[in-house]
Amino acid sequence: MGGATTDLKLINEKGLRIDGRRPDELRPLKIEAGVLKRADGSAYVEWGENKVLAAVYGPRECHPRHMQNPTRAIVQCNYNMASFSVSDRKRPGPDRRSQEISKILSEALEHVVFTYLFPRTSIDVYIEVLQANAGTRCAGLVAASVALADAGVPMKDLIASCAAGKVADTIVLDLRNEEDNFGSADVPLGIVPRTGEIVLLQMDGDLSVEEFKTALSMSTDACHRIYAIQKEALRKKYCVAPAVIPAEVANAIHEVATEKPEGSDVPPNEMPGTPKEGLQ
Amino acid sequence: MSGGGESAMSDITRDHIYRMIEKNQRADGRKREDFRSINVETGFIKSAGGSAMVHLGDTRVLAGIKSIVGEPFPDTPDKGVLTTNAELIPLASETFESGPPKQPSIELARVVDRGIREGQAVDFQKLCIKAGEEVWINYVDIHILDYDGNLFDAANIAAVAALKTAIIPASKFEKGEDYPFPMKHLPISATFAKVNGHLISDPSFDEENVASARLTVVTTENGKLCAMQKGLGGSLTRAEVEKAIELSLEFGSKVRKQVFDV
Repeated sequence: MGGATTDLKLINEKGLRIDGRRPDELRPLKIEAGVLKRADGSAYVEWGENKVLAAVYGPRECHPRHMQNPTRAIVQCNYNMASFSVSDRKRPGPDRRSQEISKILSEALEHVVFTYLFPRTSIDVYIEVLQANAGTRCAGLVAASVALADAGVPMKDLIASCAAGKVADTIVLDLRNEEDNFGSADVPLGIVPRTGEIVLLQMDGDLSVEEFKTALSMSTDACHRIYAIQKEALRKKYCVAPAVIPAEVANAIHEVATEKPEGSDVPPNEMPGTPKEGLQ
Repeated sequence: MSGGGESAMSDITRDHIYRMIEKNQRADGRKREDFRSINVETGFIKSAGGSAMVHLGDTRVLAGIKSIVGEPFPDTPDKGVLTTNAELIPLASETFESGPPKQPSIELARVVDRGIREGQAVDFQKLCIKAGEEVWINYVDIHILDYDGNLFDAANIAAVAALKTAIIPASKFEKGEDYPFPMKHLPISATFAKVNGHLISDPSFDEENVASARLTVVTTENGKLCAMQKGLGGSLTRAEVEKAIELSLEFGSKVRKQVFDV
């Protein structure tokens, strides 16, 4: 938390924030599942001015080998910021901040994945921050959960994540850059919505116990709203309500499904080695 | 491979690709000389001076420009500096690994850089603030997001489109008013692969995996060649090179018309 002083009025007379939000209002959140062809699962999140991609590979052979666990899979999350994602150019490659974030996100995700189903393997999650405006670890975790589900990795639930904090003596949700830099506290939270378990929690800044409790309630509530959007993104990709399939499409699907293979020729779109196609 | 390494492929897939190319067919419905469709979205990243997201078929590349004030090189005191860097991040393919840049990403960045430099895309003198003391140092950072072959052309188009729409952030550095990135020409690259004796345009991931040779040709709008790069272990005939040049010029003007409207 910067806590730096500024002339910027973070909360105006009407109690609104610099981008016009109320204290308990999230920035607009858009989630899309299955956006990358090569990855086993992927998701794209636009959250305010954050743009984050997540890709999942695996379960696959674990590298480095000494990380292998004979009883379960490990989740290796890699959080990376593009050099052009922030105001000053970030030097490419991992720094101490992104290493720490990678570690806590791996640990959060490991809690929801049924890792014991895939001994000795690694489930690799890559989070790429293309454009950053505070809250990228939460956005990354939201994207990574959807990407894991898109990859078909068995999980007990998605993880929903959101930060709360304090600016100008007010507890607010989902801080943007100026609020993060000039505010006085930031509390990123990640929960398993179905059980309420907390899998990610960090805090920096200055909060009273009461303020912390308020922040936690606000972000928990927000996580449930985010969870709904995550599920909707998956539904949008995978659920086709039978009633809305036009007759000609249904017939075509039936024909393809019952078609007999001609000779030994493999149809071009079903070449062996072609990565799996998601349901369109 | 233009990518980070080879991935395992079954003989049956390889033979299938060979058979189809023999019949002038390809898995995605193209003929040998066809390129995939291109879609360019500029201004995708607000935190960058300029940016472009390029879809070339299912290959997806994002380029971003960052400019800072720095010292010129002693031998070019009145010229700005341009640095190109490519990141083959593991998000984009199981064949990419994290860590410091390896040969494939260095080759990719250098071929893109060469096209821009030799094609005189940039007016370096207009990137000078005070000769001998201060010039604009510009970074072209290329991120591969989804790898389905032919990174060279996708990266080239992304870099050129990002530069073309970039703004020099002079006011941020208190060096006067912001101005558009000074561009002179639009070098566009076209890449070909030799698969089982046939030259094909714009190879996909699987086609690159079975290709014996690769050739990239960069052309400018005045019909000239400005850069070339042959890759992989195989060889090309003179006729194949000439054919590639002819197709490159065609592709270059098509891209310039579609993306830059010139």
